[in-house]
Amino acid sequence: MTTAVAATGRKPATMSQALNRALRDAMADDPAVHVLGEDVGTLGGVFRITDGLAKEFGEDRCTDTPLAEAGILGTAVGMAMYGLRPVVEMQFDAFAYPALEQLISHVSRMRNRTRGALPMPITVRVPYGGGIGGVEHHSDSSEALYMATPGLHVVTPATVADAYGLLRAAIASDDPVVFLEPKRLYWSKADWEPGRPEEVPGIGTAVVRRRGTSATLITYGPSLPVCLEAAEAATAEGWDLEVVDLRSLVPLDEETVCASVRRTGRAVVVHEATGFGGPGGELAARITERCFHHLEAPVLRVTGFDIPYPPPMLEKHHLPGVDRVLDAVARLQWEADWTSPGSDSGDSRGSASGARGVPGTQGGAR
Amino acid sequence: MTVLEQPGAYRPTPPPAWQPRTDPAPLLPDEEPYRLLGTPAADALDPELLRLLHGHLVRGRRYNTQATALTRQGRLAVYPSSTGQEACEVAAALALEERDWLFPSYRDTLAAVARGLDPVQALTLLRGDWHTGYDPHEHRVAPLATPLATQLPHAVGLAHAARLKGDDVVALAMVGDGGTSEGDFHEALNFAAVWRAPVVFLVQNNGFAISVPLSKQTAAPSLAHKAVGYGVPGRLVDGNDAPAVLEVLTEAVRRARAGGGPTLVEAVTYRLDAHTNADDATRYRSDAEVTAWRSHDPVELVERELVRRDLVDADGLAAVREAAERMAAGLRERMNEDPDLDPMELFDHVYARRTARLREQAELLRAELAAAGAADGSAHGGGREGTDR
Repeated sequence: MTTAVAATGRKPATMSQALNRALRDAMADDPAVHVLGEDVGTLGGVFRITDGLAKEFGEDRCTDTPLAEAGILGTAVGMAMYGLRPVVEMQFDAFAYPALEQLISHVSRMRNRTRGALPMPITVRVPYGGGIGGVEHHSDSSEALYMATPGLHVVTPATVADAYGLLRAAIASDDPVVFLEPKRLYWSKADWEPGRPEEVPGIGTAVVRRRGTSATLITYGPSLPVCLEAAEAATAEGWDLEVVDLRSLVPLDEETVCASVRRTGRAVVVHEATGFGGPGGELAARITERCFHHLEAPVLRVTGFDIPYPPPMLEKHHLPGVDRVLDAVARLQWEADWTSPGSDSGDSRGSASGARGVPGTQGGAR
Repeated sequence: MTVLEQPGAYRPTPPPAWQPRTDPAPLLPDEEPYRLLGTPAADALDPELLRLLHGHLVRGRRYNTQATALTRQGRLAVYPSSTGQEACEVAAALALEERDWLFPSYRDTLAAVARGLDPVQALTLLRGDWHTGYDPHEHRVAPLATPLATQLPHAVGLAHAARLKGDDVVALAMVGDGGTSEGDFHEALNFAAVWRAPVVFLVQNNGFAISVPLSKQTAAPSLAHKAVGYGVPGRLVDGNDAPAVLEVLTEAVRRARAGGGPTLVEAVTYRLDAHTNADDATRYRSDAEVTAWRSHDPVELVERELVRRDLVDADGLAAVREAAERMAAGLRERMNEDPDLDPMELFDHVYARRTARLREQAELLRAELAAAGAADGSAHGGGREGTDR
């Protein structure tokens, strides 16, 4: 993922730079694209994601608004009604809550209310998640709220390339997109060549980030690096883990998820958001419905605790880290004594392995 | 020893002189609501304007009574009547040019109809067949908004966008006295003021937010006073005096169009009917109060003016009433037809394209409809073909 390819001009870039570039390119390509929010203009946003946009495109295109999230999103609704494509910034996850009424009562259902006459091509950028030492109300993961609201798309990049490609796709979408930006990956770097949004799979597509045969880790956003690290660590234990990056929570790419789980027979969903009523429950239910006969173990969840986001000095205990993921992987051996019914449906996960539950021999496809 | 314990040791630098940025005087509303009818100025009112308003008001009253009757017949799930407030509803529609936009609340069906909307289409939300039965672009009427004051920032955004595009479009947003307590009211006023957006806010102060009287809603001297804090002019008008409301709104629209920014207009009126057919207004207001307001009826005020100035005869009045009756009869007839609904459309407008999940659920419903159709022998059991665009 981070291999430099000098011949194609790829250079190291951070996720925040890729997001900034996506906004800049979208604004250059389409005069209807307008950025608005608190501090997005002169300051360039507290995370500098909108850096330079007001200077390049003028304050009418990148507008510092009064400090009022409902007003920011509510005026964006009217702008969209008049043919613009507003991109609003919510600054921090918990700051978006005053705008929830506009989001839920209007943005998400305006197309539906008007039988298609008033689409809402609005992108709501929400920096989310913890791990940056933010004080209270600066680290929430509220994706379940957005996922539970029909009419919204919900996407979240985990890589530099996705940050660019998904944001371009979100802005181009004729439907409202809640674009969740994993704060603690803002400064993650990769060698990346901008200006190629078409190289990135669009909204509604998951990607297998690591091929494996023993079990599938299903994750997104800030937990992707955790899962990739866990997968590397697990090799020492003889586990060959597959890692699926959802990228898009709504729509959910169930085909990629289920295909992976059918291959590996085991699944762990990993996210920072609380487990109860969280995205992992939806995934576990769906996997169980669609892949029950392929499962060798219950679908497990590794999530944040069911608590309000903790103070920063305690957040390391809350956030799912590599060890917690590996513990879950170990628990996938729960049915070690259970005898396989044999080959079940011709898939390639090698369920006939003779030493089930002994990690080193898991996965006949290797 | 602290600084405060050292006499004379603390010599604060005087702060930079603070100057108010706007003299609030020109923004403040008049002490009394602005009136035309019953004042000497009424003599100068254009007869054609009075006749136009009268026709709209009589039709509006009849529309309100007809729609209320339809709730009793079960044809409308609910109807929040604007009986007593027709002057505001009609003036809001007439103050706008064709290219302007109207942002109504759930009580403002009549304003949408006065703007030219098909009365049946305007009632679909309240009938329950679809949330919005019209294309908002056709007459530039936003969907009726049920959450209070949430449509006000939409009006600001649309007006702002229009101005950015170089169009001289004005948005007029309607809200009730209760809605002025909502955060979105504040945010919309503030955004509009800061952006100098071409927006007119019309507050119909009809005395009650369902059952809560204005005295428990606000401590402000008037709702129009709220404008001053945003740097916006507030105007107070007799909401039952149709020519006065129209004049104040027209002036506000003109000012907005000319780049003068938003205006907040408070129209003082009264809801003669209950909040909706589900409400018992006798629990929170007296008959005497209602009777007093009935003597200040917006329809009668204009009619009396026409008679006083001898601008209409008995035949003329009868003709206006007959036209209103024809409208009501047509509305009744069309509302008594059962709407032709396709359940498969439930999945059509959630997203531009159905998601896999929605395709799956559409199949479930299609199968259920087919099974039900087979059971009762109806021809259209499966609904029409879904559009998996």
